[in-house]
Amino acid sequence: MADSVLDILLAVLILLGGLFTFIGSLGLVRLRDFYSRLHGPTKATTLGVGSLLIASMVHFSLRGEGLSLHELLVTFFLFITAPVSAHLLSKAALHLRVQSVAKMPAIIEEVEEASTRTEPHR
Amino acid sequence: MKLRLLPHPILTPVLTLIWILLSNSFDPGNLLLGLLLGWAIPIFTLRFWPERIRIHRPLTLLRFIAMLLHDILTANLTVAWLILRGPRRVAPGFVVVPLDLRSDLGISLLANTISLTPGTVSAWLDPERRNLVVHGLNVRNPEALVESIKQRYETPLLEIFEPC
Repeated sequence: MADSVLDILLAVLILLGGLFTFIGSLGLVRLRDFYSRLHGPTKATTLGVGSLLIASMVHFSLRGEGLSLHELLVTFFLFITAPVSAHLLSKAALHLRVQSVAKMPAIIEEVEEASTRTEPHR
Repeated sequence: MKLRLLPHPILTPVLTLIWILLSNSFDPGNLLLGLLLGWAIPIFTLRFWPERIRIHRPLTLLRFIAMLLHDILTANLTVAWLILRGPRRVAPGFVVVPLDLRSDLGISLLANTISLTPGTVSAWLDPERRNLVVHGLNVRNPEALVESIKQRYETPLLEIFEPC
């Protein structure tokens, strides 16, 4: 009895994880510009992977050999790397003036112009 | 350069914990190996960590982490909902957040926090590190967004890493 309750719980977690990962990827298709598309992979996927990892942690802690917590590290590394890669991607996109639905912030133009003026030979 | 025995007191327990989690085993031998690595790695990577990390308010840090986890959860639901509801109805926009934080660590943590929380991704940092450009997925009121980022995330980070 307890086993089947656990199985249902794990199944729900895995399905939820799959659902959120799917919505994150759907964002890549549905959103309209490069910058908005960055939101899908950094957010919705975090929760998706999160529920998959919780399912893995519960499963291997109860069925495997003792406590299994290295899934926490995956979460930790994901939280560190996802925002950094999103930041670098959008920084590159802003530098290349990739088209956006939103109005481009004026400050980038100003700063980049100022820096090419001070170092003209490169 | 003066060689200190424990150049980064916070890095040592963090690395030990990461080692234990990586090897996924909790026996004493492993803990000892973890402690050894946690002691040796900061010494060999000394030049990579120019600033010494100081945490001034550990309790504020814990509260900040709890708030962050809660916000990450709501962020996921919000963004999932915005994606499902249809892109025609979102109003993406850029906002400029003037920074009060000065330390590299503080600014990176703030940028990471912004990217993990509701509908915002940090997009660009000016070379002087005075302004952070943030892209919002659904910006109806830019001033309120900037204000909430400063209030909610920058203020606790300032208290933790750079008290006046």
